Amino acid sequence: MTRKQRRLTLIGCSLAVLAFAAGLVLYALQDSIVFFSTPSMAAEQHIAPGKRFRLGGLVQPGSLVCRGDGASFEVADGGAKLPVSYHGLLPDLFREGQGVVAEGALDASGTFHAETVLAKHDETYMPKDVADALKKQGHWKDDYDSKLAAGISGKSCAHGDG
Amino acid sequence: MIAEAGHYALVLALALALIQSIVPMLGARWGDPALMNVARSTALAQLLFVAASFAALVTLHVTSDFSVANVFENSNSQQPMIYKITGVWGNHEGSMLLWVLILALFGGLVAAFGNNLPLSLRANVLGVQAWIAGAFYLFILITSNPFLRIQNPPIDGRGLNPVLQDIGLAVHPPMLYLGYVGFSISFSFAIAALIEGRIDPAWARWVRPWTLMAWIFLTLGIAMGSYWAYYELGWGGWWFWDPVENASLMPWLAGTALLHSALVMEKRNALKVWTILLSILTFSLSLLGTFLVRSGVLTSVHAFANDPTRGVFILLILCVFIGGSLSLFAGRASSLKQGGLFAPISREGALVLNNLFLTTACATVFIGTLYPLALEVLTGDKISVGAPFFNLTFGPLFVPLMVAVPFGPMLAWKRGDLYGAAQRLMAAGVAALIAVAVAWAWARGGSALAPLAIGLAIFIVAGAVSDLVERIGLLNNPVAISLRRARGLPRSIWGTAFAHAGIGVALIGIVCETTWNSEFIGTMKPDDVIRLAGYELKLDGLSQQLGPNYRELVASFTVSSGGERLAAMTPSKRNFTARGASTTEAALLSRGVSQLYISLGDPTPDGAITVRIYHKPLVLLIWFGPVLMAWGGLLSLSDRRLRVGAPKPAKALRGGLQAAE
Repeated sequence: MTRKQRRLTLIGCSLAVLAFAAGLVLYALQDSIVFFSTPSMAAEQHIAPGKRFRLGGLVQPGSLVCRGDGASFEVADGGAKLPVSYHGLLPDLFREGQGVVAEGALDASGTFHAETVLAKHDETYMPKDVADALKKQGHWKDDYDSKLAAGISGKSCAHGDG
Repeated sequence: MIAEAGHYALVLALALALIQSIVPMLGARWGDPALMNVARSTALAQLLFVAASFAALVTLHVTSDFSVANVFENSNSQQPMIYKITGVWGNHEGSMLLWVLILALFGGLVAAFGNNLPLSLRANVLGVQAWIAGAFYLFILITSNPFLRIQNPPIDGRGLNPVLQDIGLAVHPPMLYLGYVGFSISFSFAIAALIEGRIDPAWARWVRPWTLMAWIFLTLGIAMGSYWAYYELGWGGWWFWDPVENASLMPWLAGTALLHSALVMEKRNALKVWTILLSILTFSLSLLGTFLVRSGVLTSVHAFANDPTRGVFILLILCVFIGGSLSLFAGRASSLKQGGLFAPISREGALVLNNLFLTTACATVFIGTLYPLALEVLTGDKISVGAPFFNLTFGPLFVPLMVAVPFGPMLAWKRGDLYGAAQRLMAAGVAALIAVAVAWAWARGGSALAPLAIGLAIFIVAGAVSDLVERIGLLNNPVAISLRRARGLPRSIWGTAFAHAGIGVALIGIVCETTWNSEFIGTMKPDDVIRLAGYELKLDGLSQQLGPNYRELVASFTVSSGGERLAAMTPSKRNFTARGASTTEAALLSRGVSQLYISLGDPTPDGAITVRIYHKPLVLLIWFGPVLMAWGGLLSLSDRRLRVGAPKPAKALRGGLQAAE
């Protein structure tokens, strides 16, 4: 083989692999990405039941009902509320009145079935998506952080001081 | 006083870096040895001052000086000593200081042990190092000064984020940074080579040990981070395709490709331009990783920095260095001479294939990590690209790579014999088929692909072993002769075998854990018994305990199997008073390389508690694999060739290589 042919083989192989990878990426981007919505965005967009998305907002105070193997609560963003049911253990930092991001899908009755629930990471951290969305809709309260810093926290599924 | 001294030391280091970034390079231009030698002293002095600055911050944390903002925010008087120390780099400012400390350390190492480098190359390399160092000193001094004082010092600090109060996190960031920053050396060498317009196999010999060292640390750092996430975050996951994890995976993939292409360049004087480009890309990805993690652009559990000015500053550093180096590359690359010829089926060809798949896989991770950011900036849509995307793209690209791994070392340089290699891999292939059959027969449930993946893993491990067996002639010679040959085998051969086997071992762990993992999630009352994967777990009771800076709720479990008591497990939930945050401390019980995993949820009003119990078969292999890879890297690093070969000046060595061929 001449140098030219060898180089062509090399370039041909590279292009084949790159094309394969590009195909995979495009296919995967169509199917396996998940959009983020707040309850009011979800209401506007009429998201179809069964379509996966990430729901972000604040856990509505007074809405948390704990069961042995899970919980149900409402996620609100000031404009709208969405009932959420979750089977599994809630994260350590899950509290009423605090930020939460849940991933799952709506059922036919309009209840959001969460497969994963992420709560904010520590007392100064708010899921960025949630904070941005709340700010955009004008529901961001500046005293939110200070309230948190003062340790005022809502009900969780924990009892005693655990 | 200590804080001001530390601050001042850092300013002095910046001044030294500025001198080092100009004087030696002018010296190299004008051929003035006195000017070129300035680099050596300034690099060592820089190391001294940065170390002093870092020591000052450690002292402030150890003595709990809460008049310093950084200490107030990340330390607490009740915090155990070890976490007072690790708290130094458990925050943005401190971790950036650690970053430049490691950068100065590598610069110092080149200065101290680079006596055998050509003078002008050393001057240029250290000059480039000083550009990077200078940029980051400026970054720290302007946007993230760790030595800022508070006007009215509070009595006690807020404490380190509880999730970070863990021994795994004490070791993880330094390891990762040694890896990230270690790639700066190959970057500086690449830029120096482009400036000099000269590159030869000796260059690759100098670069390879540094790349290898960085790669070893990065491998261990990633594995350590993954294990930390596994036991500390409490849901038993070990890789989340989180952008922060991807930020460390990308330089690792590019660095692995660089290791292999530098090999081709060293041995065959081919792929020069590509190796230079990879050196630049690898460090660029390290910088990108630093940007992603440190600027707070990500929505992630890891992001504990949040300040736009910092983000813009790092972005600027990123653009200047990546843009500058790529422009230099574009301008100068064509002047580098073409290297040796090779057939597509050859060791070189196999290494090119390795590079092709590794860099493509790296590109898919890159797209998956940055696409959501780009989309949000452009359209405002928020999306998350999670595990499904990466499984779909990264997986199919890694499978052919893994199939090819055992073939690589079996092929000869220049022109290889694929059929011969396949014949020699016959034993490994048979072992793989048996493994598939056994896994198929034994497995209940799970994906049909899992047994095939197990077969692939066994093929890689057996392939690595059969390469060794063949080289020492175990089948054709008496054992004594084989042993003598094994001792005589270059360590890099052993290194290759261990590193390749490590991939297979990790793959077995990954497949078993994801496919045959069993779990129980529910509530338990004292004296309840749960049966899982052949174990009985009895909840004996709950109790409250007091730690140094937290209260904890401890659950005591007794684990037995077939009526025989095996061990006690005590998962707990800690509540940190200083931060008002809590963490879940999972309890782990290792049985061989499999693990039982218990983490606690919340107690219910009727005295029960929610628990998650997992049985994770062969899970420890996931981290044992990377350890094997790192061990292989270490063996390779200790190879005589890399130590003895490097000192010769370029011309003599080039002559020597030609004579040897």
